[in-house]
Amino acid sequence: MHQALLIYLTVGGAAFLFPGVGGKRRALVPALLLAGFFLFFLFKLPFIAETGAWHQVILWIPELGLNLEFLLDGLSLFMVILVAGIGALVFLYSRVYMKEYQETGRFYLYLFLFAGSMTGLVLSANLIQLFIFWELTSVLSFLLIGFFHEKAEARRAAFQSLYITGFGGLCMLAGIILLGSIPGSYSLPAWLASSAAIRASSFYVPGLLLILVGAFTKSAQFPFHFWLPTAMKAPAPVSAYLHSATMVKAGFFLLARLAPVLGGTPEWKYIISSVGVLTMLVGSYLAISQKDIKSILAYTTINGLGILVLLIGINTEQSASAALIFLFVHAMYKATLFMMAGMIEKKTGTRDIDRLGGLARHMPVSFIIALLAALSMAGLPPMLGFLGKELIYEAKVELPGINFPLLVLGVLSNILMVAVSLAFLYKIFLGPPRRYAVAPDEKGWLLLAGPAVLALFSLVLGLFPDLIGNTLINTALPVMHAGAGEVDLKIWHGVNTVFFLSLLTVFFGLLLSWLIIRKTTLLEAWRRMNNAIFYIRFSELFSAAIDRFIAFSGRKEKVMQHGYHRYYILTIVSFTALLMWGKVILGGVEWPEMHVRVESFFIPVLVGVMVPAVLYSTLTRSRMAAIIDMGVVGYGISLIYMYFSAVDLAIMQILVETLTVVIFVLVLQRLPRFAILSTRRTRIRDLTVALVFGSVMTMVALFAVQANVPKPVSEYFQDRSLTDAFGRNVVNVILVDFRAFDTLGETVVLITAALGILVLIGKKTGKI
Amino acid sequence: MEVILAILVGILFTAGVYLLLRRSIVKFIIGFIFISNATNLLVFMASGLLAGAPAFIRDEGGEKIIMADPVPQALVLTAIVIGLGITAFTLALKYRFFQVTGTDDLDQLKRTDQ
Repeated sequence: MHQALLIYLTVGGAAFLFPGVGGKRRALVPALLLAGFFLFFLFKLPFIAETGAWHQVILWIPELGLNLEFLLDGLSLFMVILVAGIGALVFLYSRVYMKEYQETGRFYLYLFLFAGSMTGLVLSANLIQLFIFWELTSVLSFLLIGFFHEKAEARRAAFQSLYITGFGGLCMLAGIILLGSIPGSYSLPAWLASSAAIRASSFYVPGLLLILVGAFTKSAQFPFHFWLPTAMKAPAPVSAYLHSATMVKAGFFLLARLAPVLGGTPEWKYIISSVGVLTMLVGSYLAISQKDIKSILAYTTINGLGILVLLIGINTEQSASAALIFLFVHAMYKATLFMMAGMIEKKTGTRDIDRLGGLARHMPVSFIIALLAALSMAGLPPMLGFLGKELIYEAKVELPGINFPLLVLGVLSNILMVAVSLAFLYKIFLGPPRRYAVAPDEKGWLLLAGPAVLALFSLVLGLFPDLIGNTLINTALPVMHAGAGEVDLKIWHGVNTVFFLSLLTVFFGLLLSWLIIRKTTLLEAWRRMNNAIFYIRFSELFSAAIDRFIAFSGRKEKVMQHGYHRYYILTIVSFTALLMWGKVILGGVEWPEMHVRVESFFIPVLVGVMVPAVLYSTLTRSRMAAIIDMGVVGYGISLIYMYFSAVDLAIMQILVETLTVVIFVLVLQRLPRFAILSTRRTRIRDLTVALVFGSVMTMVALFAVQANVPKPVSEYFQDRSLTDAFGRNVVNVILVDFRAFDTLGETVVLITAALGILVLIGKKTGKI
Repeated sequence: MEVILAILVGILFTAGVYLLLRRSIVKFIIGFIFISNATNLLVFMASGLLAGAPAFIRDEGGEKIIMADPVPQALVLTAIVIGLGITAFTLALKYRFFQVTGTDDLDQLKRTDQ
């Protein structure tokens, strides 16, 4: 599998590396690659159905549990086929849709990378690797939403989605690391093996919650749902691909992957299904009151994602099969509808539902395609959507315990969905015709090809559900729900509870859509009521909070980053000094023994000379005196080295000190005199800080002398110096022989400094 | 002995930090030199102070003699040389800074990057 991804990346990357080459035909490269993926993985189906899974591990950093692990089982096969198949069609669609825009190369590159990341995501079996792909899809989603970056709205929408999905991604990472500590691995098979231990651990609930935040933000669950309608600022192919068919399903995919590990507990069941129900209702309710056709679709997507999350929360065999079918159905009709919405916008110049109508006359083929998709969305026969809805009802009916409220709310949401689908389809295509600037047409057959293929798939699979049931679904089902049998898909289930529920849904749905079509005042009233109830606009509230945070950072930055060099130093030094004193006083460090033994008078006398020199050098106002005293201190230190057996150090110190003094004097001639720049108070403050720091350094020095470190390295050098390197001066041998490369590096540093000086001194005028 | 040297290290650090906090760049550089000297001395002290036993190998095959630890000396030697490089570069930078801005005041540095 990694070979497939590598080929994808190299071939596609090569196509985009050279901007002028290939022109607008470049969109075909990723389309062909994705079609290749589609076929490749489709032909893997018999193999997977037989063996169960294809697991590849490439060791990367095995010590940290970071490996590249790819897993192709029924579930990832199911997802990858959707990602690749719809991806190929979306690229074909974009080829025409994006024709008139600038910088389409950038657009295709992002979309191409997204398709690759999404494929990588669904194939990942290592959770850290999954997280990396997850974040990649977030970033690419950001870039694609903000594709029309000259529009402030698009930029804001892009940032909003990035903040929310990025926040979720980080929470998810924390959750993964937390739970990964239980099996000591990030590999999915390892998690599966120790699922009981994970569920029993005290980390389970916090870890689960963190991972859920990740899944919920990505899949636009309430209360994070608002980024999805805002993201409709993106071009239509992006909405069709990322924000309906694939990326937003990643949250569901993660939950489906982890259901065998984390599922089956009350926390899982109640948290996930209640969030799912809420999202489902919010989505279907708000869909009706929207005016923008893409917003309507966005809210119906939220509804669909809510249903998916609800089903994964219930986590029974029926709900798993219902979720899989519904995921497939939803991807099909929603991608179709988004592409149709994009086409309608292109041809009529508007997305406002109130300004659209009577389009069936101008765009008959589009009407048929949209009709098929809308029927599927409404869950009406003979489309695949009908089967999806039936299965969902069945799953809820057979659920022990909480089924009744769930059923009522589910029926309610489905009634709204029927109404949304049919009423708006009628309004756009059959309702009273409007005046358009240019008569809409259906030029550009590629715009219709993708939606047509998907709509026909929905129809054919609806009529012959075994085509998908016996293949993709039955392979994927055991992954989500261990020991699940085969799902039996058929249109006619006989007269039972589910049948009555369907009848009820269709009846009220039709009634509601009739009301919406006939009584425009009703819709107006609905919108007004909605504005009154949902007066909190999550999206705007969020943006305002972000703006406030940025303003706060700006103010804080002005205080912290004042630009005064010495205050930075003051902060660093005083903080370090306090920390070290804290360690000395509170840390339970043993006080060093003080040996005030005076073995010879050499050192005390020397220090007696050096200390006044230091003080004088610090306090004098004469530059020359300061430098000479600095030299005195340096020579004094060289004498200390000499006394304590470090001959080489002493020689080097004398040389360096001499050079320093000479350079200083040379430079000093061209510099102004010292001026008193600071007040008395400042000086006292600085002196205090300096004393606190200096005194703690004295403590450190006393500790340092008594640190008895074993010296195997030194002994090695001492033993080998003469025998291996033929040198008697061990320090010399270390520098030029054992650690010669270090010395080479040191030389490079000196040369670099010399070059820098040359440049600085050599320039006569201009700025630094 | 150690106590005296430790106090010297402390005094050097005190003077160094005090000079680092001054606005004059020349003082800043002197402070920097003090701190680098003090650090070298500190590292050197940590290797244990041993008078009159340089790390020389005297005769072949003889029994082991006690000598000063050569590794910290090698490290400090490197540090001294690098310190020189930095000092010289800072001085050149300072010279250039004064040529361009005509001031010795570090606080003025705040404005030149805007």
